[in-house]
Amino acid sequence: MSSEDGDLGRLPKPASKTAGPADASLVDRLRAGDAEAFAEIVRAWSPMMLRAARSYVSTDASAQEVVQDAWMALVRGLDRFEGRSSLRTWMLAILGNIGRSRGVREARTVPWSSLGPVDDDSPAVDPDRFQGPDDAWPRHWTPLGSPRPWPRSPEEETMAAESRSQIEDGLAQLPERQRTVVTLRDVHGLSSDEVCSILGLSASNQRVLLHRGRSRLRAHLELYYAAGASAMGS
Amino acid sequence: MNHEQRAPGLTVSCQEVVELVTDYLEGVLDPDMTEEVEAHLGLCKGCATYVAQMRDTIRALGTVPVATLSEDAQAELVRAFRDLRGPAASES
Repeated sequence: MSSEDGDLGRLPKPASKTAGPADASLVDRLRAGDAEAFAEIVRAWSPMMLRAARSYVSTDASAQEVVQDAWMALVRGLDRFEGRSSLRTWMLAILGNIGRSRGVREARTVPWSSLGPVDDDSPAVDPDRFQGPDDAWPRHWTPLGSPRPWPRSPEEETMAAESRSQIEDGLAQLPERQRTVVTLRDVHGLSSDEVCSILGLSASNQRVLLHRGRSRLRAHLELYYAAGASAMGS
Repeated sequence: MNHEQRAPGLTVSCQEVVELVTDYLEGVLDPDMTEEVEAHLGLCKGCATYVAQMRDTIRALGTVPVATLSEDAQAELVRAFRDLRGPAASES
């Protein structure tokens, strides 16, 4: 497996959907033929692998086959794993190789990284919400433009289902590259290094896409909460 | 009022902060800028709320359900693992 990236060794964020057992013992268990350990990582990693695979190939069915092939390649190649990266990073490299060659065969339209500039130039916040050059505090919030605290954190019980459907709705409306980066980072909990290597992005382009995507989603939730507030006020 | 006279936290504007927030949360701002942004957040309720909302947004994203392989496909992989690597697989 190629290890093109120098600093892929960093562990993923904790408490993500993709968190699995600690690496060293995991590899030992797998090598010892522990099927429980294998079932555990199949459960933990398949969702993010499926999403990553979907960026290489054009259909869900095809992505599923890529993921299954990648798991089989891991099973067969376990003895070649040298532990220079985490097992998960190694798995993602395998997935990338299989996914990319399959994508080429499927003639998946444009390679993802050549879709033009990553920056759509849209500001995170409407410029009208900041004071103008002649105001007392240029480029600081106007009294009306300043963000209102949301009624409660989107995570809490009663609002949870509704705000989740709002965020899913907002995600669906993002441009493809922003959606892919935000989904891999924040829905699946991958690290920026992992996302850069899956998508062939530079660290700074990854951050631009993440920033644009998250900023739009915040704005989407803000609209939703503002509508709720005015509905309650009426 | 010129910039040199402004207190820490006021050399950066709100409009800049909302564009720096991802770099800030990613921990890639240089130490001086990080300090400046934090000083700004201490002074500016609007920006503090904004950053809290970005964190809420990220948290909400963590609750989005995800697709995975079917139970059958997963079971088949585990079976293949047992066949290839399980204790019984090492024919002695």
